[in-house]
Amino acid sequence: MAETAVAEKKKEGIGFGKKERRLLTDPLNENNPITVQVLGICSALAVTSLIFPSLVISVAVVFVCAFSSLLTSLLRKYIPNAVRMIVMLVIIAFLVTLVELTLKAFSFTVYKQLSVYIGLIITNCIVMGRLEAFAMANDPWKSFLDGIGNGLGYGAILLIIAFFRELFGKGTLFAGTPIALNIIGAGNDFLINTETNFLFGWYVNNNLMVMPAAAMFIIGILIWVQRAKFPKLVDVS
Amino acid sequence: MHTTKYTITFVLILSAVVALLLTGFREGTKDLAKAGEEIFNKRAILKTIESELDGGKMVADLNAEEVNSIFDTKIEQKVLNMKGEVLDANAVMAAGYKGGRAIDVEIAKEKKKPEMDRILPLFEYNGKEKVYVMSVIGSGLWDIIWGNIAVRSDKSTIVGASFDHAGETPGLGAEIKDNPKFPAAFAGKKIYTADGMYKSITSRKGGAVDPMHDVDGLSGATVTADGVTEMMIRGIKYYEPYLKNN
Repeated sequence: MAETAVAEKKKEGIGFGKKERRLLTDPLNENNPITVQVLGICSALAVTSLIFPSLVISVAVVFVCAFSSLLTSLLRKYIPNAVRMIVMLVIIAFLVTLVELTLKAFSFTVYKQLSVYIGLIITNCIVMGRLEAFAMANDPWKSFLDGIGNGLGYGAILLIIAFFRELFGKGTLFAGTPIALNIIGAGNDFLINTETNFLFGWYVNNNLMVMPAAAMFIIGILIWVQRAKFPKLVDVS
Repeated sequence: MHTTKYTITFVLILSAVVALLLTGFREGTKDLAKAGEEIFNKRAILKTIESELDGGKMVADLNAEEVNSIFDTKIEQKVLNMKGEVLDANAVMAAGYKGGRAIDVEIAKEKKKPEMDRILPLFEYNGKEKVYVMSVIGSGLWDIIWGNIAVRSDKSTIVGASFDHAGETPGLGAEIKDNPKFPAAFAGKKIYTADGMYKSITSRKGGAVDPMHDVDGLSGATVTADGVTEMMIRGIKYYEPYLKNN
């Protein structure tokens, strides 16, 4: 007993070895929260029509995921088992409200654009899923890394979807920011005031890409590509 | 296993700590948030008179100080009651708006009052000519929609308009805000017919028919477009008593 306690003590330090690196990199590919764990699909459909809001929401999810994992892991020995879900929800809601208040104070325009979706992070199953599956059973440092990793894995997919949806739906990239680019199509009718079009003046913006359904197709294609590349992800059952 | 007493105590302490932290943070950032919201609303108003601004500036390029300076130097804020009388700051504060200016009036709150008790914000821009910016509010498909309409000194020709919404569908109803072509279509339209009859603007399904009083509707967003028509006809009428006498 004493020996195992010592061994556990050793593992609890703030190291950054191979194991810790894997916590960060695994969710980016072979354990991706969206394409492999199939968590957080709802918000991936809702927010990804433009790159910029997707980017903000990704940053917010990384923050919420990381710190809720950290807090839950710190408290894990004290959280009464019977109400652990509610305790997790309180922690998540606390962090999300912090994000919301910060946005409201420092970037009201972004807050207006995202307000509903920021609140929806509370119900984002990635956060709760990682708390329940990882943070309740691991030490704070590992949980923190796991939170960051899963937040990044979620954000990466979000940005890929948003890239295609914005490009083909509106013909732009980064619309709504100072570096907005009008890439394809003739239209300067959406959101931004760029007059120069670089490519494919004949292209007509595809309205389907603006709709959430398009995200479903893109996620489907992403899952297909990923499983074709990494056969071990394919469910044999 | 934890005892019930432990569980209850734990939850109570956690809730209290979280509530305290959040309240503190909210109080601390309240003024910043309010300033941000005010700039946001001021931009929406300036957007309607973008073509009248000095030096052909775009509202999107103005920073917060420039927005405030235009408001301080060029815009006269007035608050009217439904009879068309101008209210003083004290009367506005009595109506529940601490700042007492037109920009402090929340039209969403006014919408909940009985029609005769409402107060109306009005912004008069003193540029090359006088431009009146009015605020209207109505209902879209899911939630409220609202807008600002600027008219020239003839009180009929529209200079520009801007719209916003609380929860319309992106790509459909939300186009009243996201697609600049929709508000742009209002510029040059007339509130009154040539014989002086009040007609306002209709957002017509299937495309504009009357060149002076119609704009194209939104495909796939008939309810939102009808909501725009409704608030354009009802809301601008509220300002008639004041505009007739000034």
